[in-house]
Amino acid sequence: MIAQIAFVLVFAAGIFLFARRVREIRRNISIGQAVDRTDRKNERWRTMTMVALGQSKMVARPIAGFLHLLVYVGFVLINIEVLEIVLDGITGHHRLFASFGGGVYDALIGAFEILAALVLIACVVFLIRRNVINIRRFRMKEMDGWPKSDANIILVAEVLLMFALLSMNACDALLQGKVAELMAAGQEIPEALSHYIEAGSFPVSSMLQPLYAGMDVDGLIMTERFMWWFHIIGILAFLVYVPYSKHFHIIMAFPNTWYSKLEPKGQMTNMEAVTNEVKLMLDPSADPYAAPPADAAPVKFGAKDVQDLTWKQLFDSYTCTECGRCSSECPANQTGKLLSPRKIMMDTRDRLEEVGKNIQSDGSIKDDGKSLLRDYISEEELWACTTCNACTEACPVNIDPVSIILDLRRHLIMEESKSPESITSMFNNVENNGAPWAFPAADRGKWIEELNA
Amino acid sequence: MAEHITVPTVAQLVSAGEVPEILFWVGCSGSFDDRAKKITKAIVRILHHAGVKYAVLGAEETCTGDPAKRAGNEFLFQMQAMQNIMVLNGYEIKKIVTGCPHCFNILKNEYPELGGNYEVMHHTQLINDLIKEGKLAIKGGESFKGRRITFHDPCYLGRANDVYEAPREALQALDAELVEMRRCKQKGLCCGAGGAQMFKEAEPGNKEVNVERTEDALEVKPNVIATGCPFCNTMMTDGVKNFEKEDSVEVKDVAELIAEAADLLPS
Ligand code: SF4
Ligand code: SF4
Repeated sequence: MIAQIAFVLVFAAGIFLFARRVREIRRNISIGQAVDRTDRKNERWRTMTMVALGQSKMVARPIAGFLHLLVYVGFVLINIEVLEIVLDGITGHHRLFASFGGGVYDALIGAFEILAALVLIACVVFLIRRNVINIRRFRMKEMDGWPKSDANIILVAEVLLMFALLSMNACDALLQGKVAELMAAGQEIPEALSHYIEAGSFPVSSMLQPLYAGMDVDGLIMTERFMWWFHIIGILAFLVYVPYSKHFHIIMAFPNTWYSKLEPKGQMTNMEAVTNEVKLMLDPSADPYAAPPADAAPVKFGAKDVQDLTWKQLFDSYTCTECGRCSSECPANQTGKLLSPRKIMMDTRDRLEEVGKNIQSDGSIKDDGKSLLRDYISEEELWACTTCNACTEACPVNIDPVSIILDLRRHLIMEESKSPESITSMFNNVENNGAPWAFPAADRGKWIEELNA
Repeated sequence: MAEHITVPTVAQLVSAGEVPEILFWVGCSGSFDDRAKKITKAIVRILHHAGVKYAVLGAEETCTGDPAKRAGNEFLFQMQAMQNIMVLNGYEIKKIVTGCPHCFNILKNEYPELGGNYEVMHHTQLINDLIKEGKLAIKGGESFKGRRITFHDPCYLGRANDVYEAPREALQALDAELVEMRRCKQKGLCCGAGGAQMFKEAEPGNKEVNVERTEDALEVKPNVIATGCPFCNTMMTDGVKNFEKEDSVEVKDVAELIAEAADLLPS
């Protein structure tokens, strides 16, 4: 009974902390600007099914894609077993599903064990890839410190959790054996053992049995319970940890791909505020003195800080898994320039977290003298982007770093008039000559004369 | 032998009471850059030869605003766009072909919201259609026999708009061997010119993007690097020069290769 109460308390605490953090993230994302991403619903469901559920973009890199698939399928399916474990915790009844599962139950437990082993192996390979093999995208500067530890913490945790699950099953099976022995000898089953009815099949954990075979019944029960608690507390700790970590992508990937940009990759937003002004400028019948209503908020062009970005761009930042596929495909990054689209996403999230803390303490966004532009992302990074969209193509969860780069550039140009000198003269040429070069517009047809020469 | 061609402007056609079936949007690079002008001329020769009823805007054309927009100057872009849309709508233009993926992308994707709705084609798409419809016969395709051609995907045609096959299919008409680079189609590497990079120095790094990309191309040992964008053309040409390979590797637009094979170019 005490165990059940303790379990319910721990479980409730886990859910509470998770929900609190999710609310915080929701609040942070909602400081972004409005953008409608609810059109073309069929296409959105299809995109989510393909990209998030079906992992269609993961397989672009077959090794990582396959290993990731194992961990993903393992995570989803093993959660069915976790459901049983939770019910066990609440009711105090072990292997609740076994009574009506029969052979299906045995097969399921067996399958989960195999998956658990595969997940374990995949995580070990991931750890080696990240820490031993020299893979460039895991060694870029932005991965130093916390991002690297974050990745390792989760991988080690998964290994331990899977080991605990398998050990739990190993002890369980040994105990089931003891019960069977007693029954065969016609002896009464003591209360403490009544838990361990014969159920499940243990293709993997049976290999762990020798580790625990020397133990007596009490030792086995203790170990089984320890592994049980370790596993379930581990899972709850994971639940609380995940929304603080890049691993939040396991949830965010689904809505994020649903809200994907469905327009062609090359299409960039036309700023409505600009359209209105340009129309006024070009329309001779417009009243040049028509003042905007006094209570209208001053229009800001482009983005200087996170609250100037759209909620979707902020959503992207919490979805980023820091896998670095974007940066490893980025031409600027490959040629040694400062720009790394992954860093753009990480900076956006880090700055948003900082702004979120301000909101927490002040109730509203306060000016802390910092901004995403310059304190996090430098002009040099922004100007290195060729808008080639290799990053958006590579991103396995349909993140769009280019849109953030463009919005920051827009701020530089339209609010601060700050651009590299040659860009300024390109602007002047376009404005004065209708071409980015200083050629007179009248020469535009010169090639026609040359055609027959 | 190449014929004498007069290039009609839309204004001329309209004043003669005619409408062009298709507007050839030349673009700034195609109008002013000496190398790109050759591509423009090849496209015009193809249009003429295939009997397409086309016209150009001539002096009435002005920059689409692409470099301004990608650099962040939305004002300048929209000013340019509105002007162009006024001209295009004034002439009731329905269909446009461009020789530049940047013009293609912006006309196709960003003009509609501002009131400019046209059917926009890249020149490699039109050329491919003309070949398929039998309007453009390539008799001299054999002159490419034994040559290796590799096509460099322009970002604003490929990834930006998912046009990968048209230029490749058009190149199939040549009796050459089409070889793919390690990074092609969705995974193609940028030439380094997009996003207004063409108009500024590159940021410090350890290499120029066009050099990295030219390496990809040279790896497959081509005789010709085929391009579909005047900016890519410049970048790849510079890259080939960087490796001092200009004597053995040509950089040519798809339109130039087709025009050459169809014997449309002045010799
Ligand atoms: S669009 Fe910009 S950030 Fe993205 S890959 Fe290309 S150069 Fe890099
Ligand atoms: S933006 Fe996408 S590709 Fe880049 S690191 Fe994040 S998840 Fe990976």
